[in-house]
Amino acid sequence: MVAGFLVLLCCQLLGELIVYGLDIPVPGAVVGMVLLLIGLMLRGEVAGGLRTSSEGLLSILPMMLVPAGVGLMVHFELIAAGWVAILAALVVSTFVTLLIVTLLLKWTHSSADKPHAQGEVNE
Amino acid sequence: MSLWLEFQASPLLWIIVTVVAFMVASWINRIARRTPLLHPVVVGLLLIIGLLKLTDTSYETYKDGAQFISFLLGPAVVALAVPLYDNLARVRSMLVPLLVACTVGALVAALTAIAVGIWLELSMQTLLSLAPKSVTTPIAIGVADKIGGYPSLTAGLVLITGALGCLMSPFVCKMLKVEDPAIRGFSLGVAAHAMGTAYAFEYGAIAGAFGGLAMGMTGTFTAFMLPPLIRLLGLS
Repeated sequence: MVAGFLVLLCCQLLGELIVYGLDIPVPGAVVGMVLLLIGLMLRGEVAGGLRTSSEGLLSILPMMLVPAGVGLMVHFELIAAGWVAILAALVVSTFVTLLIVTLLLKWTHSSADKPHAQGEVNE
Repeated sequence: MSLWLEFQASPLLWIIVTVVAFMVASWINRIARRTPLLHPVVVGLLLIIGLLKLTDTSYETYKDGAQFISFLLGPAVVALAVPLYDNLARVRSMLVPLLVACTVGALVAALTAIAVGIWLELSMQTLLSLAPKSVTTPIAIGVADKIGGYPSLTAGLVLITGALGCLMSPFVCKMLKVEDPAIRGFSLGVAAHAMGTAYAFEYGAIAGAFGGLAMGMTGTFTAFMLPPLIRLLGLS
């Protein structure tokens, strides 16, 4: 469990270093995710501790998003001035994006395999 | 009073406030039969804003403490590699369609938001804060900063987008008759980032893995694509 958490932190640190070194506009954690994925592919399995800490963290992922959202309170005036337009932009954009992405995948994927991963469960 | 001042400056208080607010919000959400209209993240942050206003506490004071919770977002994003690895065979077999869907989705998300915003005459800074709203918070904040929006406004809009995505996804999938958890998860990840991903896990680990993949791909692509796009549109 502790070792698993350490693996996650180290991947993030490596990711941060790469982002800093190459000066790319992506968060270190995203690069860290790619690094960990490569590591898992090379190793061929997920160690028990890593799985426990990953699943623990992912289960409280939504809570981690709350503090940044509280920042909305600083912008009450901006939001009050344009909330209809903001909401309209968010609703239209989210709906169209969902629609197009789902349609694209449905079209490109309908010819490919479908059923084999249905109901697959992770150990 | 001095006791209050003491505690107000301590991270512990704001960590507890955040956890309790999220628990209460989750409880409300369960009672409301898990409707994304009352998404725990949105209800939670509204509860906290209410409390901060009542106690006359500034956002900066809150953030100083609550940043320890935000900090976990980093390792959590790294942890997405695990469900992704579990479903690697599935991802490989769909790689090209996924790349196309993510690229198109990221462009559509940014362009439609900008277009509606311009049409309804939003101010330039609000518009620029709106543009990166479909990508995960840490990337969106960085992009907003780079193109001249307000990062903290973007962070809030990102979460509202996330809740909207969770709300609309079941409807869109029903309309298009899509049941494949991979497709459901991926479109949620493209349109609604980490909140979509967290919601996708309710459809199972496959949907969650594809949500995480979509979130990472869309976020990375948007980080590179949006600053030049904004310049191309003549907005900065």
